Parts: sequence; C-alpha cells; structure tokens
Amino acid sequence: MAAYLDYAATTPMRPEAVAAMLPFLTERFGNPSGVHAVARAARTAMDDARERIAADLGAEPGEVVFTGSGTEADNLALIGVQSRRRGTVVCTAVEHHAVLETCRALGGRVVPVGLDGQVDLHALADALDPSVSVVSVMLANNEVGTVQPLEDVVSLVRERAPDALVHTDAVQAVTWLDVAALAAGADLVAVSAHKFGGPKGVGALVVRHGAALGPIIHGGGQERDRRSGTHNVAGIVAMAAALQVTVATRPEVVNSVGHLRDRLADGLLAAVPEALETGPRQGKVAGNCHLRFPGVESEALLVLLDEAGVFASAGSACASGAMEPSHVLVAMGLRADEASSSVRLSLGAGSTGEDVDLALEVIPKAVADLRG
Amino acid sequence: MRVLVAMSGGVDSSVAAALLVEAGHDVVGATMKLWGGPSDKGCCSVDDVEDARRVAAQVGIVHRVFNFSDDFEARVVDHYVAAHAAGATPNPCIECNRHLKFRRFLDRAVKLGFDAVATGHHARVVAEQGRWRLCRGADRAKDQSYVLSVLGQDQLGRTLLPVGHLTKADVRARASELGLRTAAKPDSQEVCFISAGGGRAAFLGERLPLHAGRVVDAASGAEVGSVEAVELVTVGQRRGLGGGTTGGQSRRYAVGVDAAASTVLVGSYADLLTERTALRDLTWVDRAVRSGSAVLAQVSAHSRAVPATFEGEWLRWSAPQRRVAPGQTVALYDGDAVVGAGLAA
Repeated sequence: MAAYLDYAATTPMRPEAVAAMLPFLTERFGNPSGVHAVARAARTAMDDARERIAADLGAEPGEVVFTGSGTEADNLALIGVQSRRRGTVVCTAVEHHAVLETCRALGGRVVPVGLDGQVDLHALADALDPSVSVVSVMLANNEVGTVQPLEDVVSLVRERAPDALVHTDAVQAVTWLDVAALAAGADLVAVSAHKFGGPKGVGALVVRHGAALGPIIHGGGQERDRRSGTHNVAGIVAMAAALQVTVATRPEVVNSVGHLRDRLADGLLAAVPEALETGPRQGKVAGNCHLRFPGVESEALLVLLDEAGVFASAGSACASGAMEPSHVLVAMGLRADEASSSVRLSLGAGSTGEDVDLALEVIPKAVADLRG
Repeated sequence: MRVLVAMSGGVDSSVAAALLVEAGHDVVGATMKLWGGPSDKGCCSVDDVEDARRVAAQVGIVHRVFNFSDDFEARVVDHYVAAHAAGATPNPCIECNRHLKFRRFLDRAVKLGFDAVATGHHARVVAEQGRWRLCRGADRAKDQSYVLSVLGQDQLGRTLLPVGHLTKADVRARASELGLRTAAKPDSQEVCFISAGGGRAAFLGERLPLHAGRVVDAASGAEVGSVEAVELVTVGQRRGLGGGTTGGQSRRYAVGVDAAASTVLVGSYADLLTERTALRDLTWVDRAVRSGSAVLAQVSAHSRAVPATFEGEWLRWSAPQRRVAPGQTVALYDGDAVVGAGLAA
C-alpha cells in the first residue's frame, strides 16, 4: 500500500505522453533544424506540437518558446526582458525560487503577501513606477496552492507602469486552472511539462508578440533567436500530448480531485488535535492540502509517512537534500516553528480514494507518535 | 535492533554503517545538515552528503538528511563566538556532540522508533553490571573518547560505536574491501564551520567586535607589547604576542586573558605552570567521582592524560601542568574509562 501525495513536486507521465514521445527516441530521431527528410519528420511533429500547445495556452504558435524547464522559462522571462530594457524587476514574496532568486539576482523588488498568501495589491501599487521593466506574479503557488488575482495585477501594472511587462509562473496552475483565460492579460507565461503528466526536462515560455525579449542561451538561434540549443523533440511532443489530455479532462479532474482533497483535509482536521489548514481553501487549487500540526517537526513526520508508504513534502529541499524552512510560509506571517510543523499533501489526476484512505489512517497515528 | 547511524560522509561512519548491516541490524543512515555557505567544508558539505548517500546505497540502507542547522547555529556557533568574546577557548566539537549528535539526533531517533544511534567515533561503550562505561578506542592514536566525555548513562545506553574496537588502518582496510568510495578520504581536522581560507580570525571578525589589547608582564605589570585582537589569544599561546620578547629574555607565554580589560598577561614558562585547575559545569558518565579521588585528566583531544586529584571544584595536578585555557574541556579518566568532564574555569 502506498499513497503518492506529492503531485506538486512532479507527476507520473500520462500514457498518451509516453506513447507520443517514444517514436522520437527511436526512428524519428531527426534534428528539426536540418534540411532533409529525417529532419523534416521531426520538424513537422514539433510544429504540430507547438500549434497544439499554443492553442491550449491561448497563444499564437509563434509566441511559444520551448525551454529545458519551468525554471529556465522563468529565468528567460525576467533576464530576457532585462537584456532588452534594463529596469526594475518586481515579484511577490511567495514566488517559486526560479522567479524569486532571479529577481534578487537582478536587484529587484519583492512585494509582500497577506496572511492568505495573496499578493498585497497596495504594496504592489507602491512598488510600481515607470522604472519597472517586468512584474512577475505566479498564477498558483507551489506550496500552499493559493491562486493569485492575476487580472487585478495586470490592470494595476498597466496603470502604474505602462511600459512594464507582466510575467506569470503558471507551472503549478496547468492541471487545475484555465491558463489560457486567466493568463490572457499576461505578456509572458511559463509552464513545465512534468507538472501535468509530461516528461521532465521540457518547458515553455509564452512570449506575446511585441514583448521585447533577448536570449539567455546563445548559439544556433533556434526558437527565433530566443532559445538556442537543439530541440528536445520527444519532450516537446510529449508535452503537447500531456497538455491536450490535461485540458480535455480538466473539469472532471478538478471536480473529482477537489472532493478527494476536501475529504483528506477535513478528515485530518477532524482526526488530528490542533491541526490547522494553511490559507483559505476556496482560494487554492483543487489538489493542494497544506496543513500544520503544532508540536510536530515536519522533517520527522515525513520520515514516518515515508516508512508507512505516504509520500508527501514540506518546504523545499536544498542541494544536500535537507528540508529548508519555507519562504512562502514565512511570507504569509507564520513563525519559524509554525512553518516547520507543516506538511504539503498534493493530489493530482492519478489520485484515488485509496490514497486518501491510507493518508487518513497513517497521518493521525504518526502525529500522535511524534507528539508522544 | 533498529539503529539510526549518523553518517558524516567520512570513512569511519561509512564502515560503522556497513558493520551494523553485517551484524544484522535494521539500519537507516542519516546525515545532519548543520551548516551552509561557502565555509562549509565540514561534515555537511554537498560532497560529504553525497558520499554518505552513495555509501548508504552501497550497503543497502535508506539514507536521510536532517536539517539541524538552527540548533547548530544557536548551540555550537553562537556558543563558540560568545566564548571567544569572553576570552575563553571553546571546544565546538564537544558542544556539537553534547547538543546535536547525542541530543537532537538521538531524540529524533527515539521519536522515529529507533532503539539506538550509532556514530563512527573511535571509542567504546562497554556494558558492565547494567551500567555503561565509555572507554578509549582500540586505536590510541585516533581515540575520540575525549570529545564524547560529556555523555551520560541515558545517552550511552542508546549509543553504538561500531568502529571503536578497530584501528584506523582496520577501518580503511574494511572500507577498501567493501569498495566504499570513502575508503581513502582524509580525516577531518579543523573546526567544520570555519573555512581554511579566512580561518578563525576572519570567522570571528565577522561575528563579533575584535579589540586590540595590551600585552602586560604578569610579574612586573609593565606593558610589553600589543595584540590586534585579544579575543583570539589563548592561554598557553607563545606566538603573536606582539614583541613581548626582548634580547636575553626567555620565551613568553600568554598566562591570562582579560577580554573585558583588553589585556593579555604574559609570563615565563614557569609562570604558565600551575598546581591546580578550577572546573565548572561538571558532567558524569555515571556516578559522580568522590572528592579526593585520583584521576587521569586530559585537557585536549590529542594530549596525554596526566595524574591529578579531583577536589570537587578543583583538579590538583600531581606535578605542575601548563595552565588550561578557560573554556577548554577537561576529561577525567579512571584508567581507560571516561568518568566525567568539566570546563576549565
């Protein structure tokens, strides 16, 4: 018996995505930048994938830039804009490290969030001025699942810093939210295939026509000079297949996983004394269950859960594999001891009622054991 | 037995893990993440964690990483800095054993349902009539009982030291036989959180105000020189005392450090010697030693233990000894067994 409850870290590949990519690892191995039949076969498949991905993300095919990861897409967005128009970078305090550390490296401004994890729009307004070149606000948070009011952010940026571009890290949103609609106002949108049933090592950045962006990887000039390097054709084709099935099944997945999540969260809140939920549930994506168990160290809890076959997470891991205190929880106003007593249970398209049953059986007992 | 073995990524704890598996125990390996940043060359650099992880995989056990950097900072690093600020000379490795390895790590192990923890220290835990004795390791040159001298019965009863009966050469030979990647890894030497580049002066300089000090002759009261940072002077030190030596004079040693007055007292070797040393914060491996008992006392990790009489708050040396720098741990032995430890006052 095992329950994988770490879909926000990564997801198993959709069978459709595996099937789609296999031919490009073997007989259709061509480099799409070539001029012969082998190359053309790969080029055609990649063009098809680009069109489908563009449609699913609400973009034009020419606006999709393939990258090697979501992190690279975020870096390309922020650094790429800076290379064309040097200005001030602004992001929220709860961004993924891919954005937050890039913003810091560029000397940017970090805007606080409220106790609910949503960006403080007043503080954002204060951080905006004509010097701002790019504003990065994620669509959904990776740790606590909070959905940001992106449309409000876009309006505010247009009003206060009309020359600035808006970037959104939609890496955690694709499974749950209509990214095409919600990010329609953003100039730049980053996604990562492995978060929605695609393979690791491939992502994309939507760059709206007219958004000035330079490359961060120089070379052969692929992706209209915005991202050099031979295309990961198999990964791109698989990403398109995963995205297609994700979008097609999204309403039913959101509905069914939302019910599983509610049963899990409500069950644990009822079974574990003093358990707390982080952030209002109605403001989260359907797969996120973030709880705190006062008096319990999450690092120890995760060991007991691992031994019992419940695979969960807390915070993020550093290079050594140690858990680091979550900057997201600190930004939401939690004390260090509150942040270090939390656990993230993240569900996904493959989650089942048995997963929830096992978690409800294992977690209350593990918490009780640790509280001694 | 379920055993959680602390794996630093060094050869001793690698072999300790392998021996526990061979002995049929249910073993999990764990590396403590204690420190970070560019000075991280000690037991928790990414390379060392990788060594521990690969050895764990090789001997077929689960490997975990525990982040105890908050406690390490508060209990070891801050203590180290505060002791220097007061003109004392701390033993951070002993504080780490006291607060991290044999408290936080041991507590974590117990909470997770382990029966014991194990480390790669060269020392032996010996059961005797339901009590636990802490004895020197089989390899006298590598013996680490001194840095474990602050442990008590509660800790020793749940501690395994699987390489304590082996020589270092035996440990390396076993590691080679098993093909462990740590077989030829050099021993760690220095304080793990201090980088080789900047050293102690740079580390402390970033964390506390260093004060220039006067060097004063202990006998005459005459000012004979100066030092750049009184906080960096250790009792017994001879070098760097700022021109305290004049023609024809014998060697001068630091015989006292008064950080509050920014003064270092110097004297001859005879002035450095003392008949007794005050002890504070005594801890006992088992029952407290009675005042008036003969003991052997060891004042640093690699010095010889010398005879003394334990007199409660004092240690009276059988023959005059060099003064012990305040803050240094003095480990007390009965033959080969540690009986307790205190800090030189």
